[in-house]
Amino acid sequence: MSALLLGIAWGIAAVLAIAGGAVIGVWWERKVAGHIQLRYGPLQIGPAGSLQMLADVPKLLFKEDIVPSAADKPLFKWAPLMVFAPVAASLAVIPFAAGWAPLDTSVGVLFFLAVPSLEVVAILVAAWSQRNTLAAIGGLRAASQMIAYEVPRALSVLPLVLLAGSLRPTAVLGAWQWWWMPLLSIGFIVYLIASIAEMNRGPFDLPEAESELVAGYFADYSGMRWAIFMMAEYGAMIAASLFAAATFLGGGWPFGGALGTAAIVLKAALLITVIMWVRWTFPRVRQDQLLRFCWTVLVPAALVQLVVVGVVLPWM
Amino acid sequence: MRIEELRERVCAMYPDLCPLFSIEFGDGSIAVPLERVHSAAADLKDMGFDRLGMVTAVDRGDEFEIVYRLQSRDLRAAMFLKAAVPKNDPVVPSMCDLWPAAEWQEREVFDLFGIVFDGHPDLRRILLPEDWSGHPLRKDYADDRIVRRPDYI
Amino acid sequence: MRTEELTLNLGPSHPSTHGVCRLVVRLDGEVVTHVEPVIGHLHRGIEKMAENRTYLQVVPLTDRLDYVGSMYANWAYCRAVERLAGIRVPERAEYLRVIVCELQRIASHMMGIGSSAADTGATSAFLYAFAQRDLVIDLFEALCGARLTYNYVRPGGVAFDLPEGWVEQCRSFVAQHPSAMLEIDELFFGNVIARARLKGIGVLDADTAVAWGVSGPSARGSGVDWDLRRDDPYSVYPRFDFDVVVGSNGDAYDRARVRLWECIESCRIIEQALDQLEPGPVMAEGLPRLLAPRPGDAYDHIESARGSLGVYLVSDGSVRPYRMKVRSPAFCNLAVLPLIATGHTLSDLLVILGSLDPVFGEVDR
Repeated sequence: MSALLLGIAWGIAAVLAIAGGAVIGVWWERKVAGHIQLRYGPLQIGPAGSLQMLADVPKLLFKEDIVPSAADKPLFKWAPLMVFAPVAASLAVIPFAAGWAPLDTSVGVLFFLAVPSLEVVAILVAAWSQRNTLAAIGGLRAASQMIAYEVPRALSVLPLVLLAGSLRPTAVLGAWQWWWMPLLSIGFIVYLIASIAEMNRGPFDLPEAESELVAGYFADYSGMRWAIFMMAEYGAMIAASLFAAATFLGGGWPFGGALGTAAIVLKAALLITVIMWVRWTFPRVRQDQLLRFCWTVLVPAALVQLVVVGVVLPWM
Repeated sequence: MRIEELRERVCAMYPDLCPLFSIEFGDGSIAVPLERVHSAAADLKDMGFDRLGMVTAVDRGDEFEIVYRLQSRDLRAAMFLKAAVPKNDPVVPSMCDLWPAAEWQEREVFDLFGIVFDGHPDLRRILLPEDWSGHPLRKDYADDRIVRRPDYI
Repeated sequence: MRTEELTLNLGPSHPSTHGVCRLVVRLDGEVVTHVEPVIGHLHRGIEKMAENRTYLQVVPLTDRLDYVGSMYANWAYCRAVERLAGIRVPERAEYLRVIVCELQRIASHMMGIGSSAADTGATSAFLYAFAQRDLVIDLFEALCGARLTYNYVRPGGVAFDLPEGWVEQCRSFVAQHPSAMLEIDELFFGNVIARARLKGIGVLDADTAVAWGVSGPSARGSGVDWDLRRDDPYSVYPRFDFDVVVGSNGDAYDRARVRLWECIESCRIIEQALDQLEPGPVMAEGLPRLLAPRPGDAYDHIESARGSLGVYLVSDGSVRPYRMKVRSPAFCNLAVLPLIATGHTLSDLLVILGSLDPVFGEVDR
């Protein structure tokens, strides 16, 4: 019983963390994009427009909730939450401090890789329930893309598990040495690229391709339901960056304690900024190029990283 | 190529049509009988007019006039090819076999004038909706939404 | 497993149909097996409206043809009227027309390059292009008070002489523009993903381009070395030294990149025109308030940003045109889309459409 209550409490905390992160993230993304694009981004509300989202969130809440008459209504209504839930759940295993994670389980790394994969099913449900051709194409693109990029993503995390000798994220963090960073650099880059593809962000944003599929798998969603999709996207970005900060980049290193947690968040914020930078610089790749890149570049690169670690390991 | 030179070459090809070659506002133009318009276009294409710049028509009251503008990159020349089309049976041979560029332009003329192009692969309305009635660029087309602007502003 | 083709309606309201075009697409997976552009959503009957207006009243209508390059339609129409009515245009007015039209070419190509970039998802390159376009629009606003529909070129000359300080403003724009173009070239055309997305896509060979009546940068990207400014010189163009930019592969990349280099050539023309500009009248003397040219028909064309834009005018001797026909380059260029887009993917289809740079005000008229 107490485990259930604890779970609910952590769930609420995760939703709040993602919602807060998304609010800050959207503002930061607009500023980053503006800086890249010879614009200012939000300026009017609050210092440097930082309170812009205070205006945007109520706007989204009060927008009309449109459900297309041809849609499969129960699925259409529940799909946004089905997309959001796995993302929120994946935050549970991230070690925010040395030896501590909200859910410190011995299969944490596996949990982090497997649970967000459920999102594929939810996205397909959202796409099909709309009875919209553009959304259906977007859903199919998302499915093929996310399933394909699971492979390099999982492979890129494997060297960490090998080095630490454990699937427990806190153990990975505990075993981390500074020389892992140069050693795992290929794996880290593969992880970052595969994660960007996994969260459907540019240059891999084909499933929602504004200029082709309008908004892809969430084309017909409006108001808060649409906002939940956006929150899921930001949530995935936050989770992937936090995980990378806590494992590849050594968590709180070189600090400990509360300062270490701040360092994790700061590293994750830096990674998020890099992801945004990539998003606003590159054009979008095509479906066949996307899959070819995955199988002919990322998967071999991840395997090479695995071999490198396998060779280094006996000398330790 | 100068227009006079062009005129000589066209006259050499069609001695009987030479009087119908006119020069107006700096442009050469030849008017041929409707039944010869396709063969004349084919001959002019062989002469070097590789571009069909424009296909259009003019409602001359008692008959239509179909107007082709041909351009040549090699000769550095351009000219009109015109033919009168009777209003009661407006059928013109299609130029799609000579220049694929004619395909859309002839559809436009069909749409706005109701001139039928014989041999066109896909003759449908192009600018107006499929269920539109009438052909707006005919002078007898009536629509009370057409406003004649007074000439004092 | 039983599979069937999917019919997809793109538009008329869609972010990258460049206006109001409906594409009926049949898809086999992601591959386009058939595409048919359905046009006419913006058909206002401008050719019919022109028959009910005097020659001068038609000029604002021509603004609404190619709303990305209004100056061209103004000029093409005015040239046809001047040919019909035998009006001699003062030299300064010809220079001003050349200057504004080359500026217009830059503004229009910025739209073309920008939308090519936006179609591939590179929104940043789009905004870099639009920043340059805005500078041109500012120049036009200073010149004639309008930012989109200028109504500047009139039969007999131009509407206004240059305001004070305009030449300096124009010179400073022209001075910085080529480096901005090189920046876009590096940012977008040099990008590895953009190259992969644009190269070899929608290949149009030179003979097909000529046969289908494709003109302008879309044809020059295929290696058709044809530019009316050089090959059928009009106005004062023979006095300027400039190159005609020609591509070689005829793919979306070459079509878009030809536009980029044409902007740099336009800067050269503008600089020379500003150097040669002499004071003088900008409107022909002694024009009647109502033009009534003698009966006959005249055609004149200019090289617009989209290709050879022609206006065919028939006069019956009255104060209104008897018939006006606009030979629209965008219309002719768009006709080739099904030919070059079939067999590519859905993503490429929109890139190819963007590389033809159609403006639907001019396609639909």
